[in-house]
Amino acid sequence: MRQTLAVLVENNPGVLARVAGLFSRRGFNIDSLAVGRTDNPAVSRMTIVVEGDDHTLEQVTKQLHKLIDVIKIIDVTAEEYVDRELVLIKVSADPGQRIEIAQIAEIFRARIVDLGRRTLTLECTGNEGKIRAFEESLRPYGIKELVRTGKIAMLRGSRYTGGGNGKEEE
Amino acid sequence: MEIVAAEALVRCLEEEKVEIIFGLPGGAMVPVYDALYHSKIKHVLVRHEQGAAHAADGYARATGRVGVGMATSGPGATNLVTGIANAYMDSVPLVIFTGQVNTSQVGTDAFQEVDITGITIPVTKHNYLVKDPKKLPEIVKKAFYIASSGRPGPVLIDLPRDVASAPIEFQYPREIVLRGYKPTYRGHPTKINEAARLINEAQRPVIYAGGGIINAGAGAELQALAQTVSAPVTNTFMGLSSFPGDHPLFLGMLGLHGTRYANLAVTECDLLIALGARFDDRVTGKLSSFAPQAKIIHVDIDPAEIGKNVRIHVPIVGDVKQILQALLPLLEKRERPAWLQRIEELKRLYPLRYERENGLKPQFIIEELYRLTGGDAVVVTDVGQHQMWVAQYYRFSRPRSLISSGGLGTMGFGLPAAVGAQLGLPGKLVILVTGDGSFQMNIQELATVREQSLPLKIFILNNQQLGMVRQLQEVYCEGRYMAVDFKFHPDFALLAKAYDMAGYTVRDEKEAALVLPEVLAAPGPALVNCLVHPEENVSPMVLAGRGIHEAIEC
Repeated sequence: MRQTLAVLVENNPGVLARVAGLFSRRGFNIDSLAVGRTDNPAVSRMTIVVEGDDHTLEQVTKQLHKLIDVIKIIDVTAEEYVDRELVLIKVSADPGQRIEIAQIAEIFRARIVDLGRRTLTLECTGNEGKIRAFEESLRPYGIKELVRTGKIAMLRGSRYTGGGNGKEEE
Repeated sequence: MEIVAAEALVRCLEEEKVEIIFGLPGGAMVPVYDALYHSKIKHVLVRHEQGAAHAADGYARATGRVGVGMATSGPGATNLVTGIANAYMDSVPLVIFTGQVNTSQVGTDAFQEVDITGITIPVTKHNYLVKDPKKLPEIVKKAFYIASSGRPGPVLIDLPRDVASAPIEFQYPREIVLRGYKPTYRGHPTKINEAARLINEAQRPVIYAGGGIINAGAGAELQALAQTVSAPVTNTFMGLSSFPGDHPLFLGMLGLHGTRYANLAVTECDLLIALGARFDDRVTGKLSSFAPQAKIIHVDIDPAEIGKNVRIHVPIVGDVKQILQALLPLLEKRERPAWLQRIEELKRLYPLRYERENGLKPQFIIEELYRLTGGDAVVVTDVGQHQMWVAQYYRFSRPRSLISSGGLGTMGFGLPAAVGAQLGLPGKLVILVTGDGSFQMNIQELATVREQSLPLKIFILNNQQLGMVRQLQEVYCEGRYMAVDFKFHPDFALLAKAYDMAGYTVRDEKEAALVLPEVLAAPGPALVNCLVHPEENVSPMVLAGRGIHEAIEC
């Protein structure tokens, strides 16, 4: 089973090490991890995708809560949510192939962000499935370089979890 | 008025009513020690930083207060790590200060630099590297609060030398905000009602009480619970001393070296009431055969402990004292003659026992110490066979009268912890029971004992080897003894003399009968080297992978 957690943490030095260390020493598997500041510069938000059975996932949440720097944990997967990843792909593209690749980009609503003599760099956002499909579509041209962010996620609807005070509001 | 941060630190410690600091100075700590020069706080100079951490730990366990330790950067800090981990495993409140190189040098592999906050993340409840001197008072206040609240534990503050020397405007904060830390103390009423219903319906309840009872000061409530519902009580090793050892409802310790009747009572019970205990592997043995007929109520202040190892029917997160106070009025008075008769039968069928023949038996020394002190002593132990014999044969009557390393099992804990306990409890009889292996791991603290004029009584149960490991090799390796026999044995009585304290050697029961009363009555420190039977085993024992009901005599 996979679970996506949104974890609000104090934006203190070392907080990433505390969280990452916790996962490794307790043998929890991180599938993906993305960190960034929230609207409140004192608070960061981590989106952690974790793999495990119910018992493991319960322990992950409980152990995370024990970290003093962890303010709040939301299990995004428990409700309707939006999630996105971003990928940058540099693909081999002779001038004759550019149109073809541009058409693929259009299908995935990806954008061409840079052009080399024999390469194209594309940017695509979406959920994991879409990113995977996009990658597969470009693979025949020869992927020279690929970089992707971890997954970020947010609940749908009017409920929100701001960085302001870590409280969940309607 | 501006003062340097190091002075502010000392003022903070005074605000926290710190009486004693255990430490050993060094280059990076020069500003802090300079500030301590003018303070009324007593500084106890140890001989090795590990001793400082264990002494602060022993002090905290004996008194229930926060223990404070200090060391310099680099090796000073790394020497503390075992002591910090030990306190973490046993939920002991400590605030530890380490010196650090100047902030501009942090990360440059400077002389005596080590990333101690990085190193101690897994073994502290929280830690801080102070970069802004103005934040120091707030950090100290947070550290004491975090260490002593909720499930207690050690907190480390790493203080770069230039930060310690920087001038700041001192004000001790009245309040602190920790958004991510709000321990739960009051149990959920619905869950408490559910627990009461299960207890009232149970036919064969057993109370399984751990160190949480001692941390919460819930000894009286535990007794009230046991007596109201007539449920026998078994203690974890950490829980020993939370329930009177001579109480008819007491089953002794359970688990790997627990009494067979405690283990069988747990196996036969239909309700297990777990209070401030964490279903440690040394307690449960094979999980699938642990309390197989029982519903389980688990009360713990740490939500992460609930359901970690065992499936729980009624989880209650909170302070065990408050929860028991809420629970007691909901319980029906019960006598349970049939169940208590079965317990008596188990006690009769499977008593703890040992043979007095073949030389001086370590169990005999423990029984004698109990008889001579009437249980009215604080007993500190090291780790190994002697520790288990203390757990089995000394009957504790008062919470905090056993001080020992449980979770981490740190050999070398005993002597420095006894130093801390005796300093925290002046005038109280403090006894250290140790082994020849453990004792030699922090033997340097004999100098601290003497320097502080502590009337500590040290009993070495000397089997001339690493006895617990030898027992394991006897059981699991068909007696192929590897690296457990000491080929050289120091003369511990003579060593005592080198440290200017009385030293004795006891070889048989007759000598013990002469020496033990004399030593316990004497005003000063003494060391008694008890040459016990070298191949005595801790019995009973649950073999690896077996259920606790399958214990063997060995």
